[in-house]
Amino acid sequence: MLEITEGSHAVAKAVKMSRPQVIAAYPITPQTHIVEALADMVADCELDAEYITVESEFSALSACLGASAAGSRTYSATTSQGLALMFEVCFNVSGMRLPVVMTIANRALGAPLSIWNDQQDSIALRDSGWLQFYAEDNQEATDLHYIAYKVAENPEVLLPAFVCFDGFILSHTYEPVDMLSQEDVDRYLPAYKPVQRLDADDPISMGMYATPEYYLEFRYEHDQAMKRARNAINKAGKEFGEMFGRDYSALVEGYRLEDADTAIIAMGSLCGTIKDAIDEMRSAGKKVGLLKIRCFRPFPAEEIRNALSHVKRVAVLDKNVSVGAKGAVAIEVRDALYGKALPVLGYVLGLGGRDVRISDIRNIVSLAESGKGDQFYGLRTEVL
Amino acid sequence: MAETCELFDCGHRACGGCGAALVSRLILKATGKDVIIVSATGCMEVFSTPYPETAWKVPWIHSLFENNSAVASGIEAALKKQGRKEKVVAIGGDGSTFDIGMLCLSGAFERGHDFTYICYDNEAYMNTGIQRSGATPYDASTTTSPAGKCSKGNTKQKKDLPQILAAHGAPYVATASIAYPSDVVKKIEKAINTPGPCYVQIHAPCCTGWGFEGEKTLAIGKLAIETGLWVNFEMENGVVTRAKKVVRKPVETYLKEQKRFRHLFKPKVNAEEIAKIQAIADKNAEKYGIDLKLKNKADPVVP
Repeated sequence: MLEITEGSHAVAKAVKMSRPQVIAAYPITPQTHIVEALADMVADCELDAEYITVESEFSALSACLGASAAGSRTYSATTSQGLALMFEVCFNVSGMRLPVVMTIANRALGAPLSIWNDQQDSIALRDSGWLQFYAEDNQEATDLHYIAYKVAENPEVLLPAFVCFDGFILSHTYEPVDMLSQEDVDRYLPAYKPVQRLDADDPISMGMYATPEYYLEFRYEHDQAMKRARNAINKAGKEFGEMFGRDYSALVEGYRLEDADTAIIAMGSLCGTIKDAIDEMRSAGKKVGLLKIRCFRPFPAEEIRNALSHVKRVAVLDKNVSVGAKGAVAIEVRDALYGKALPVLGYVLGLGGRDVRISDIRNIVSLAESGKGDQFYGLRTEVL
Repeated sequence: MAETCELFDCGHRACGGCGAALVSRLILKATGKDVIIVSATGCMEVFSTPYPETAWKVPWIHSLFENNSAVASGIEAALKKQGRKEKVVAIGGDGSTFDIGMLCLSGAFERGHDFTYICYDNEAYMNTGIQRSGATPYDASTTTSPAGKCSKGNTKQKKDLPQILAAHGAPYVATASIAYPSDVVKKIEKAINTPGPCYVQIHAPCCTGWGFEGEKTLAIGKLAIETGLWVNFEMENGVVTRAKKVVRKPVETYLKEQKRFRHLFKPKVNAEEIAKIQAIADKNAEKYGIDLKLKNKADPVVP
């Protein structure tokens, strides 16, 4: 059913219908509306979950870790500083192969303090072994939560997942979202059946320490699970498409890319703006297309290689920067295209909530056409 | 009971005479099999679970150094939702409990989760090589509070964590010592059977870190009690309801047995510092009323 709703509330409804048994919540802007909405649902007995009001994000994810290890489906949401505070727990949850799902309302990291959007927070956790999905709009943000649980809990995968959507730009925006019914969600996402759990009748030890004789193999198996997630995403996304008409089987998605000379690569809400810009540029005769990365972990290197086989140049837009190197997406796209004589030009933009407009996309395409890249875009040089 | 029949199995990697290993055994003797143990990083975790071996014949989880209370919170919530009856017991050393895990501990106690937190207190960070913690006693020499020409060892007194947790509204807070094993078991049984967050702090002498021979672990623990430098007590709903009374010995009898206090005796006796430590014991004795009054000086009471 189509509802006009705030992004955070749409996400909260999707979470509710995913039937988490334990939610651990801590407030942080711009994520807070999600956990507030979930608290209302619990208070009104619409959601039958234990709702733990922890004293920090660090404890939020630690509580999810415990609840997941005990065999419950769990949920938390955070952003920015909160995710940074969870850093240590993030590696632990994934290393213990616990399928926790967490929404990231993407926000910049301080200093300087900024509550506004970029994707530095989740990108900084790219090595943490979590699945990472990025939503273009609130429909996708909502649907990706069902996909995330389905993939995370797949016994072939057993990895935690971030569902990232841009703070404020999506989290606080009202737009129409086709909400599934509870019956639909129950059909798609049955109750969680843990492969292993803490249980007095079948005792196991979890989180043991590994000497150099074993550690490398643990990390290898973790990496293998992430690679297997590729198929699991294909399958879960296809099944979702067959049931509800929106197909998320691909980790990347092209827009007017088939005959493009210039391919733009981006993640998140930026993709909507880019699509509008492409439509304008196409009307003016420019062959520009978009390759949206919906799933950043596992990284879709093969999909990117295949999708870009015919283009003349690639412009990668990063709402993050690996300071001293480049935007993370540009680095990885270039790696995916290693050996191909294809210019990959990176642009770091939109950090800390700086707006990115259609005109900016046009400018970037012009820069790419003239071979200028690997730069911060949109600097106000007068304040430098 | 034969060792092999215990829930905390033999064959772990603890030092001979390890107080913490005894704590592990006593915890599982008290809880039985229907328990989930949440261990912090530390000696106990490391010596009991080198992959692929484990000494724990009950469900056991370790996550990080500082989050066992938060992990226990999540487990307790999950068990409640699933209608399961296992008890949840979090275990941490004093570094984890007094220092780095304090935030999670305070949060979990304030929220009132139904779990028991057990601190095995060996009064320093032993797993990393004997660094001072908030539980290290006054004047103890550790690798980060070494005695030296300008230092008499640790400059602070032990943090009063039982009182802090009692102030959170914990229904049951107790201290115990491995020198009195049946008392440890009794207190853990009481803690796990009291609804709400309960705390048991167990004095667990560390032969390696404190500098004494492994066969003296229990004797050292007993001397701590007998000098009043450690008090075994119980608090129910914030009120001290019971404290072990003793005929106190001078603190030197405890201090001189341990290398960590050797600088107070060699090269010469530092009477001034020993007097300060005696004052700490006297204050403990007064606070908890532990002094046994002798009826007749010629007829000493044997505690």
